[in-house]
Amino acid sequence: MSFENLYWGDIGAALAQTLAMVGGALLLTVLVGLPLGILLFLTGRQQLFQAPVAYGSLSFVLSIIRSVPFIILLIVLMPVTVLVTGTSLGIRGVIFPLVVGTAPFFARLVETALREVDRGIIEASLAMGASTTQTIFRAVLPEALPSLLAAITVTAIVLVDYTAMSGAIGGGGLGDLAIRYGYHRFQTEIMLVCVAILIVFVQLIQASGNRLVTHFSRK
Amino acid sequence: MIRLEGITKSFAGKEGAVVALDGIDLTIAKGEIFGIIGSSGAGKSTLVRLINLLERPTGGEVFVAGERVTDAKGERLRDLRRSIGMVFQHFNLLSARTVAGNVAYPLELTGQYGRVEIAERVAALLARVGLSEHAKKYPRQLSGGQKQRVGIARALASEPQVLLCDEATSALDPQTTGAVLDLLRQINRDLGVTIVLITHEMDVIRRTCDRVAVLDRGRVVEEGPVTDVFLHPRHAATLRLVREAEPDGGSLDAVAASDLGGRAVRLTFTGAAAHQPILGRIACENLVDYAILAGRVGHIRETPYAQFTVSLSGRDVAGAIAGLRASGVDVELQAGIPLPQLEERPRHVV
Ligand SMILES: Nc1ncnc2c1ncn2[C@@H]1O[C@H](COP(=O)(O)OP(=O)(O)OP(=O)(O)O)[C@@H](O)[C@H]1O
Ligand SMILES: [Mg+2]
Repeated sequence: MSFENLYWGDIGAALAQTLAMVGGALLLTVLVGLPLGILLFLTGRQQLFQAPVAYGSLSFVLSIIRSVPFIILLIVLMPVTVLVTGTSLGIRGVIFPLVVGTAPFFARLVETALREVDRGIIEASLAMGASTTQTIFRAVLPEALPSLLAAITVTAIVLVDYTAMSGAIGGGGLGDLAIRYGYHRFQTEIMLVCVAILIVFVQLIQASGNRLVTHFSRK
Repeated sequence: MIRLEGITKSFAGKEGAVVALDGIDLTIAKGEIFGIIGSSGAGKSTLVRLINLLERPTGGEVFVAGERVTDAKGERLRDLRRSIGMVFQHFNLLSARTVAGNVAYPLELTGQYGRVEIAERVAALLARVGLSEHAKKYPRQLSGGQKQRVGIARALASEPQVLLCDEATSALDPQTTGAVLDLLRQINRDLGVTIVLITHEMDVIRRTCDRVAVLDRGRVVEEGPVTDVFLHPRHAATLRLVREAEPDGGSLDAVAASDLGGRAVRLTFTGAAAHQPILGRIACENLVDYAILAGRVGHIRETPYAQFTVSLSGRDVAGAIAGLRASGVDVELQAGIPLPQLEERPRHVV
């Protein structure tokens, strides 16, 4: 095995693609998943806007999406992806299925995080004359911030995993590179380098996530 | 200030409806400290939560400051809640905010105060509860008593007319409890805030309240000035709560007078009478002997009281009783009082 004729340029480009996919998809996942999670929380049993039908339907749809393996979701979603983004290839083509794949997962984590907020705090906020919106944004979300940051960290790591998978069907990035060179052309060293970079990447996400969680924990 | 009329409240439970409150009529006057006492599950929390409509009554009406608020909604409901502060047993502070941030919270909600004004008000409130030097700390860095002071400052921020305290001292040690109760009384005196104090401890009522209602299984079984209810409990539930606060149940146990060869009477001295040598003087005058069978001495708020069950024997027992009554002592003939049967409560084994 030799590392001399590695295509560092290709690896750099693939890393940039992975970063762009994870970053973009994470941003959109949070933007989509957070409101969904809040909705799940609010409509849940014994919660502020208890609504069994709304909760049940939303919960059902999210669970269905979550039970489809991501690689299959990628393929099934292709026509929709083309409709939404104009292409099923490259970063643009892959972010849509990534968000569809991870937003339900993130929404569940948000629901759990919000449910863990002490009911007494919600009650105190309402007793002080806060509206439900004020209670959510000024009391519940800030109280849940450490758990939400932990949820974002986990979701980012799942996204790293999914981007590698979506590389296989033309998404690009480190996963794509590893499969193309390592699997199809037997250049194991490229695969190893890609995997090593992914490991470091995931470790970095976890470590910075942990630091943020600790920083905002006031309990 | 607060009037509850025919309040009922039931919750849907697994085995049918649970009736938490069953026909409550209460009037709480402006500026008083009104206690609501009852054992666990009596419905105290449900009752107090009805006043600021955290809970809606199943039946009956709620009036606050003369206004019917039973089905207040939206902005009207939020205005009502701003005029009623609430203090909780477990403090319910925002852990993500500092002490100052917690007190500022209700002020921020209204959107009608600028930063500077909020800061000034928060500083004044923290000074009132004696926490000025802790403004920048987070709740987890405070002791229980300090947390409750934050809770009280926060509840006072919107200058409420009423302060609801649901077991505000139940999570605190005796010394801290005393300090927090003193603070509440001071607030009542200085600001004229009407205070509704929920507790399961008679001691808290005795030290703090003007009037008290005893809640038992969703009903008010006894109500009146604390001096009356505390010194002359009538209902078995009240008696049990008073006994819990006394070693050996105080002078409340029925005494079989015949066994003692004398006339058993319960004497209650309140106010100045508690400090005068009335009993000795009257015993001498009437050539009567007395044996003290049971007793308790203390204060109800600032009013001193002494209550003894004594057995009187000798020359002129009837004259002694008349003399005691003439001196302002409340005399109850024990044999004539049918005391409710009390089950002996098992002692706690440590
Ligand atoms: N949200 C609820 N759902 C169902 N039942 C309830 C609910 N809240 C209270 N109850 C019931 O109502 C009754 C009165 O409860 P409440 O909490 O008012 O009692 P409490 O006097 O405050 O007791 P404690 O001293 O234990 O706090 C209890 O039987 C309780 O189980
Ligand atoms: Mg309670």
